[in-house]
Amino acid sequence: MAEVIENKQNGVLTAKEFVSGQEVRWCPGCGDYSILKQMQSVLPQLGVSKEDIVFISGIGCSSRFPYYLDTFGMHSIHGRAPAIASGLKSTRPELSVWVITGDGDALSIGGNHIIHSLRRNFDINVLMFNNEIYGLTKGQYSPTSPVKKVTKSTPFGSLDHPFNPLALVLGADGTFVARAMDRDPKHLQQMILRAHQHKGTSFLEVYQNCNIFNDGAFFSFTEKDVKKKHTLFLEEGQPLVFGENEEKGVKLDGFTPVIVDLDSTSKNELWIHDEKDYIKSTILSRFFEDPSVEGNFPRPFGVFYVKERNTYEDEICNQVEQMLTVKGKGDLDKLIAGNETWVIE
Amino acid sequence: MKVTEEKDNVVIKFAGDSGDGMQLVGSQFTNNTALFGNDLGTFPDFPAEIRAPQGTLPGVSGFQIHFGNAEIYTPGDTYDVLVAMNSAALKANLDNLRKGGIIIANTSGFDSKNLRLAGYEESPLEDGQLQDYELYRIDVTKITREALKENGLGMRDKDRSKNMFVLGFIYWLFDRDPQNTLNFLERKFSKLPDVLDANVKALKAGYNFGNITEAFSVKYRVKPAKMPAGTYRSINGNPAMAMGIISAGVKSGLQVFYGTYPITPASDILHELARHKNYNIKTYQAEDEIAAVCAAIGASYGGNIGVTGTSGPGLALKSEAMGLAVMLELPLVVLDIQRAGPSTGLPTKTEQADLLQAFYGRNGECPMPIIAASTPSSCFEVAFEAVRIALEHMTPVLVLSDGYIANGAEPWKFPKADELAEIKVNIQTKPNDDKFMPYQRDERLVRNWAVPGHSGLEHRIGGLEKEDVTGNVSYDPENHEKMVKIREQKVENIANYIPDQEIEIGPEKGDVLVLGWGSTFGGIKSAVKELNDAGYKVSHAHLRYIKPFPKNLGELMGNFKKVLVPEINNGQLIRIIRDKYLVPAVAFNKIKGVPITKKEITDEVKKLIEE
Ligand code: SF4
Repeated sequence: MAEVIENKQNGVLTAKEFVSGQEVRWCPGCGDYSILKQMQSVLPQLGVSKEDIVFISGIGCSSRFPYYLDTFGMHSIHGRAPAIASGLKSTRPELSVWVITGDGDALSIGGNHIIHSLRRNFDINVLMFNNEIYGLTKGQYSPTSPVKKVTKSTPFGSLDHPFNPLALVLGADGTFVARAMDRDPKHLQQMILRAHQHKGTSFLEVYQNCNIFNDGAFFSFTEKDVKKKHTLFLEEGQPLVFGENEEKGVKLDGFTPVIVDLDSTSKNELWIHDEKDYIKSTILSRFFEDPSVEGNFPRPFGVFYVKERNTYEDEICNQVEQMLTVKGKGDLDKLIAGNETWVIE
Repeated sequence: MKVTEEKDNVVIKFAGDSGDGMQLVGSQFTNNTALFGNDLGTFPDFPAEIRAPQGTLPGVSGFQIHFGNAEIYTPGDTYDVLVAMNSAALKANLDNLRKGGIIIANTSGFDSKNLRLAGYEESPLEDGQLQDYELYRIDVTKITREALKENGLGMRDKDRSKNMFVLGFIYWLFDRDPQNTLNFLERKFSKLPDVLDANVKALKAGYNFGNITEAFSVKYRVKPAKMPAGTYRSINGNPAMAMGIISAGVKSGLQVFYGTYPITPASDILHELARHKNYNIKTYQAEDEIAAVCAAIGASYGGNIGVTGTSGPGLALKSEAMGLAVMLELPLVVLDIQRAGPSTGLPTKTEQADLLQAFYGRNGECPMPIIAASTPSSCFEVAFEAVRIALEHMTPVLVLSDGYIANGAEPWKFPKADELAEIKVNIQTKPNDDKFMPYQRDERLVRNWAVPGHSGLEHRIGGLEKEDVTGNVSYDPENHEKMVKIREQKVENIANYIPDQEIEIGPEKGDVLVLGWGSTFGGIKSAVKELNDAGYKVSHAHLRYIKPFPKNLGELMGNFKKVLVPEINNGQLIRIIRDKYLVPAVAFNKIKGVPITKKEITDEVKKLIEE
């Protein structure tokens, strides 16, 4: 982990200074608490002053997040946080802008804004808390809920095919694609830090337990007894290894991934994780079946994909600069007069 | 021997297929007329489809210009001259040509195919039905081809110059010097010598055609108008709106961010602003209307002037975000260039039917100041004023214009940059006490603007109800009622910072006050002028500020026995006026996608007086 960096105004910051003092109002036991805590511990490490950090959220349980951080913040309207961030970042590129959203906020009502934000590649960090349910409206299915999910609005089971969020993000040409979980604080902190370090739109999906309306949705990844069996933690340059005793690996047979036993296969033959490889990252994003079913792939966590691509705010600023070089600073009198004038005596 | 006849004012309608280049002819003739010194008003009128089927009535594109030697307020009720490039153009416009008016018909547009497409059984040029008019038949296509014999272009491209032939001929007919168009063509086609040559030759051929053809014995002259001394230019509403925004940016020292989504008839504002990035402007074509307004809010939150522009359907989509801006109490300007609705409605036709949407069209008690442009040049002042109000009163502001103003043109005695007022911006940079209170207010009830980047001002805002002063989330019922009233009062307080309502023309006391807003300005003003000249005690007042109303409006209306409110809608301002002032105002409504004419208003006023 990076060491604590001096802040321009306040000297060394600590997590405590990022606590806003507003009473936190999530249900006791909600996964959001952990995410908030990890954020508060990472923020002092960024080397960014509090006043240069802005959190923008939409609507939903997760979107309360900005209230609890002593930075600038806006709790906006449902689904629109990425759109608000786009205007802020275009005009104030020096700010560190974070979008806090949920599965309903980002992928349902705000789906359009998310995909366009990704293709434009603003240098913002999007944290999508995925709890596969609508919490704030008290328990309806969400666009990430599995088919057949019984909820208040689907008493006979949901008919909707769910989104695979990271596949969607890769499809929209996201330049930083990662997954973490509320119940692995250390890894979550690392992912938040990596998201910040990437220049471009960083999309971090965080599996978050809603213990009131969807308790245990991710227990097969987060709970000690099964975690190792069902998850695959990605590390750059390292082979894909998983299992209770790290006894299994993933190998690529052409474009087809295969699970192998390390008894019979050498680690050298395994798929080596390469964050810059788009094709491989899209294959990884398709490791999306239920891993408790024998033969299915484990669910990957970590950074799937990173790509350097010009950010929108740099491009918009460059264009203004270029126009200033070509045309010079605008002369208001010239503009108003236009090309053709005449005088009446 | 050619004779020249003097006229006080003339209305010409250029009409042809949408591919015939009539808009270019119209705008060139407009510039020439303005440079010549006439006052003028224009009304371009184009089909909703980019290229509607050739030769059909829906494909007719028109450009109307009214010019004269005295003040002109409207594009004119009826035409004196109709240029018809084909049969459909004649059919679509004949009703508005005054009896005895001139028709200039391109005979090659009256062949059997064109006649059939326009629904004529026999050629109206031959069957005597146009005997009440002065009809001139010119085979524009043939003569243009003849004139371009030597030119290297193909036939199709040559034919595209026929609009220049027509323009040249009209220049001759109105005794004009075509130089400005020659300059324009040189600028436009400097890299395409053959096209330049074809256009110049066609223009000259048209001009000479008038000179040498026996059939044309009379030309017309309209002397320059006596307009106030000064420097003028010709201006359309949408570019004026863009310039007003840019000027307000310069005068406030802030960056402007224009977030928008293409929509007729507002898109030209984006096109104009996008060209002027060297004036500290950023333009952003968002993924949808909602994103456009939200991006503008994000820019405002960052300490810039956030502006979004749209038309009625887009305004509906922006409603929720405007509510957020009301709650956040951030400066934001929303331009609504209205068109005929509801839904997609008539996208290229004009209407003033978004007023109630602007007034009430958001959830909750959600007051926003509303100001309205009335003529093309007033768009400049209104845009500038909207930015001023937004910044000085920390509120989103709605600006209403419409398609008629947006695309219409008039001469404009434009201001110098020095003459424009500075706009005060009050961005807070440090806390006044030890703890910063984002919803602390001054005597006008305006809150502080604290933008990211200033230490000690970190705070959270959002769409949830705010506690008075602290801005913390509050569900307290007393506080909610108090905040609703504060937000309303803050907007009402703007009335203390805007000018009193004036009477445009007419006596201060009288029989009828014609109260208008928006693009009915010209029609009302010319009607009231005519009525005054005929001895009627009628006056015209035109509202720029619709929320809040100027403080003296009630008193001003009280000096008249009756108040007439003409609107291009089913009665919207009138509801607000009746509600607020309890005056028995009378509505006059026309909802046909076209402006209200002078005659319609004079008739209505007379009826009201005689009642
Ligand atoms: S409803 Fe669920 S997601 Fe919302 S605060 Fe409660 S536990 Fe958390």
